[in-house]
Amino acid sequence: MKLSLRWVALLRDERGLAHEELDWPGGDLAALYAELRKRHGFSLPPERVLVALNEEFAQWTDEPRPGDEVVFLPPVAGG
Amino acid sequence: MSNFQLQDGALDEGQLAAELVHAGAGALVGFAGRVRNHHEGRPVLALDYEALDALCRKEGARVLDEALQRFPVMAVRCVHGLGHMEPGDCAVWVGVLAVHRREAFTAASWIIDEVKRRLPIWKCEHYADGTRQWVNCLACAHGTEDSHV
Repeated sequence: MKLSLRWVALLRDERGLAHEELDWPGGDLAALYAELRKRHGFSLPPERVLVALNEEFAQWTDEPRPGDEVVFLPPVAGG
Repeated sequence: MSNFQLQDGALDEGQLAAELVHAGAGALVGFAGRVRNHHEGRPVLALDYEALDALCRKEGARVLDEALQRFPVMAVRCVHGLGHMEPGDCAVWVGVLAVHRREAFTAASWIIDEVKRRLPIWKCEHYADGTRQWVNCLACAHGTEDSHV
């Protein structure tokens, strides 16, 4: 399935992209981050990352559907 | 208009306070979060803020709705600036109107804590030595807390 990935902050720097379309065989968001972390060498372990699906906070056990937008959120630093 | 907003650039604290008016309110507590010129002993020249806009607006509105449920206050507002900022710039502003001061202080403190903890906003610090760093991310990558309130 095709997923739309948006990269922000530190993860955008480490990925070197702001957006991409990804072919993903399926599985939950934890598996997706694990695969992409291995592929791109992200420094942040999953316990320091949150995940958003279609502009709402999601759970690592959620499984994205075709066309969904996924954003992995590095530790926030507002204020 | 939502009481939570994102805005490009630094905020005008005076204007924000002047806009928060209610004849029945005896207390306005405003908190301004300003850009510091140092971080962990390193001189900071500038910051860049970014947000995941749609989710940030939703979560910001939820924080303010929850504040109105939790505390006996009359009005709440929060604005966060995005983009490039320099020391002294106001990056975030929280304002609370209440009949009396105590609940206004309490609500304002709760709101800024929740904003810093929950909103998908990131800041990249630019240092005098030419390097830059995403705040909270370096130590987090090594599994330790690095929260600067």
